[in-house]
Amino acid sequence: MKNRTWAFLAGGLLVALLLAGVVSNYASSHPDGLDSSLLKGCTVDADDNIVGGSCPAQQARDHELADSPLADYGVRGVENSFVSTGLSGVLGVLVTFAIGAGGFWLLRRRGAAPTDGDAPTTAEGDDVTSADDRRHAGANG
Amino acid sequence: METLAMHISNGIINGPVAAVFAALALAALTFCVLRGRRDLDDRLAPMAGLVAAFIFAVQMLNFPIFTAGVSGHLLGGALAAMLVGPWVGALCVAVVLIVQALIFGDGGVAMLGLNITNMALLGTAAAYLLIALLLRVLPRTPAGLAVTAFVAAMVSVVVASQGFVAQYWLGGTTDLGGNLAGLAGTMAGVHLLIGIGEGLITATTVLTVAKVRPDLVYALRSLRTPTTPAVPVAGGVR
Repeated sequence: MKNRTWAFLAGGLLVALLLAGVVSNYASSHPDGLDSSLLKGCTVDADDNIVGGSCPAQQARDHELADSPLADYGVRGVENSFVSTGLSGVLGVLVTFAIGAGGFWLLRRRGAAPTDGDAPTTAEGDDVTSADDRRHAGANG
Repeated sequence: METLAMHISNGIINGPVAAVFAALALAALTFCVLRGRRDLDDRLAPMAGLVAAFIFAVQMLNFPIFTAGVSGHLLGGALAAMLVGPWVGALCVAVVLIVQALIFGDGGVAMLGLNITNMALLGTAAAYLLIALLLRVLPRTPAGLAVTAFVAAMVSVVVASQGFVAQYWLGGTTDLGGNLAGLAGTMAGVHLLIGIGEGLITATTVLTVAKVRPDLVYALRSLRTPTTPAVPVAGGVR
């Protein structure tokens, strides 16, 4: 792959790491569209805990992996919530990239004509040219 | 207690319906793998990994939607469809949802099929249909590209939200007293507003990539350039 493409990937990954590692701490902590719709019919307190009424959200049960060290986008054992959220975001981005890029790399079709400009044909062409040049240079010299 | 759950939690939809959607999602994702392989070359594979990682990051950024106490976040189907195509794009969103369910305790593991169906499959499909249509009729300008991304993203979010309503109709665990339309209306209204945020994020991101590396935008490659004759691919020339 071209250096340009590697640079783009590195830049994109850096942006994702900053968003998940730093900006995530400034995200709204209110329930999202789905959760708020499921809370309709219930009354909630300032912390969005259900205090009365009846609504679909009351049927929610614990997550199978609620004890995961990264559950709820925090790192268990890290007291500082800014660091905890940021670190979990960074780990999430890296894990997602590793699984995604690794998986897609294994799935990619091989042997197809690369469209990237560093195609083997180009490289061969360059080699042939330079070999010719050398031969000419040798003949002349 | 601040929880950051963003997807369908356990207990919201009953087990049998969740299991049916798990099977459905698995079949659809398998199909996406088969079709997506045609698109996945040495360049698209790492790009798709980046798209998944980027969607994970931006999904953490809940934004206010200017109605009291409600936030929204990116779903990512339109962004993925735009940058890496519908098949690989659906797989990108699915990877994000699987990581969130298995590592971050977000979205019940038993509910994974439901979440994948709504956000990875329905959202991406709706987005791509609109992208394919709009890129053909709109002018070939950055503005045309931005409008395409915005509209596809906004509509895809509302479609995904209605996917949940259909699932709730089939297997919701609370009797709504026949007021499914109420849930549908609430979900549609809220997600229309979230869709504006999704549209802005998607359009901004796509425009940025298109400016830096237009060759890395799948939709521009496959829908705008005159169709290049398909390479007679068969695995294993090397």
